[in-house]
Amino acid sequence: MTEKTTPQTGTLRVKTGLAEMLKGGVIMDVVTAEQARIAEDAGAVAVMALERVPADIRAAGGVARMADPGKIEEIMNAVSIPVMAKCRIGHFVEAQVLQAIGVDYIDESEVLTPADEEHHVDKWQFTVPFVCGCRDLGEALRRIAEGAAMLRTKGEPGTGNVVEAVRHMRTLTDQIAWLKGLRPEQLYAAAKDLQAPYELVKWVAENGKLPVVNFSAGGIATPADAAMMMQLGCDGVFVGSGIFKSGDPAKRARAIVEATTHYDDPDVIARVSRDLGEPMVGINISEIPEAERMQERGW
Amino acid sequence: MRVGVLALQGAFREHIMMLEALGVDALAVRKPEQMGELSALIIPGGESTAIGKLMAAYGFYDAIRQQHGAGMAVWGTCAGAILIASRIIDALPDQEPLRLMDIEVRRNAYGRQVDSFEADLDFKHLPDGPFRGVFIRAPWIEQVGESIEVLATHDGRVVAARGEGVMATTFHPELTGDPRVHRFFLDQVVGS
Repeated sequence: MTEKTTPQTGTLRVKTGLAEMLKGGVIMDVVTAEQARIAEDAGAVAVMALERVPADIRAAGGVARMADPGKIEEIMNAVSIPVMAKCRIGHFVEAQVLQAIGVDYIDESEVLTPADEEHHVDKWQFTVPFVCGCRDLGEALRRIAEGAAMLRTKGEPGTGNVVEAVRHMRTLTDQIAWLKGLRPEQLYAAAKDLQAPYELVKWVAENGKLPVVNFSAGGIATPADAAMMMQLGCDGVFVGSGIFKSGDPAKRARAIVEATTHYDDPDVIARVSRDLGEPMVGINISEIPEAERMQERGW
Repeated sequence: MRVGVLALQGAFREHIMMLEALGVDALAVRKPEQMGELSALIIPGGESTAIGKLMAAYGFYDAIRQQHGAGMAVWGTCAGAILIASRIIDALPDQEPLRLMDIEVRRNAYGRQVDSFEADLDFKHLPDGPFRGVFIRAPWIEQVGESIEVLATHDGRVVAARGEGVMATTFHPELTGDPRVHRFFLDQVVGS
């Protein structure tokens, strides 16, 4: 008989475990308790509690910070599904505050203005799990090395334009396939090229996948967008401005949930895409000056 | 033997991998008509609200009840345990359980994610010592009916139980790589 050990919280398995439970689901940005209830009712697996959705952050300009804790608590009290909240890149005290109020996941996010242009938060110091953005495999593995328990490809938030989400997902998939094809002695140079720890590079090469769950984010606005990202190999989707900046948020939210589950069934996607009302107005990426592209934030 | 895993949302892939490792023909079930030939169905962990809404939208409530009545065994893990219960405490107003098993389950019983934990469990009938239970925003089983056998407890709360053709675990055996609970389900609950 093996000895029984004492119960443990905040283990890697418990942190990545919640991300595993969110798979195949839709995480929705909300700014009020009312929106959170609409999201939960539509079948969202979690909500991201914000003061402003990315489209409005983009429009407002200035410095974007962690939301008011009171506002986040209001949303936590309104729903029974997990509640995530964003801290600025590298702002470990905002992260401490979010852990103290009991959010279920922290998103160290490029949507907010970075607080540190060199370091991300040391996520191993926290009981609460973190999700971080990435555009390629090197960035993904650096975040995992820092303790991220879940990833999301960045896309370009607040645009309603899926093109960057596609670019980042394809980049990740291509790089994983490339690593898988390398011989063991080539992995050291690959780690150098990717600027990522060798052990993680080796793990990905051997297993042909990321060690944590990866969602797609940044520009998803329609059921077909969500289903395309699922077909491209992500584990689930974040929808930010796409729902509550559209004409009929409740209907669109439900449609995106169904399209994410039945992502390989065009008949279902066609049915749920009918009569959804006005989608959010999109922005072409070329119209955004490079300095204002959120995906460039993070190192 | 063919075992389905409800693949609407959540950790269904891990159950499928575990079943395949045990040599079982496993099927990801997204539509009710796929359930015709199944010996058993696993309802995985995920968000019980999201899975329940998708189940209702695609006619799974009647189909699962009907197939279960015709002999299909059902195992619910975490969210799945909530969905197969007779009664749910702290359910959403429109959240309806399948009522396949005479248990009462409390949602999010331990609190929020920071309270999620792993712990060793004495799981009745399992060989080779304790089983590592991974509890993610887990429910617990508040009450069990007379026909139900308690299989494991943690801190005085029931976390695993079985009845005729049904089993509920509030933790995630599919996340541990340890196949003993899956084997127990296949050997002792399916076809019982």
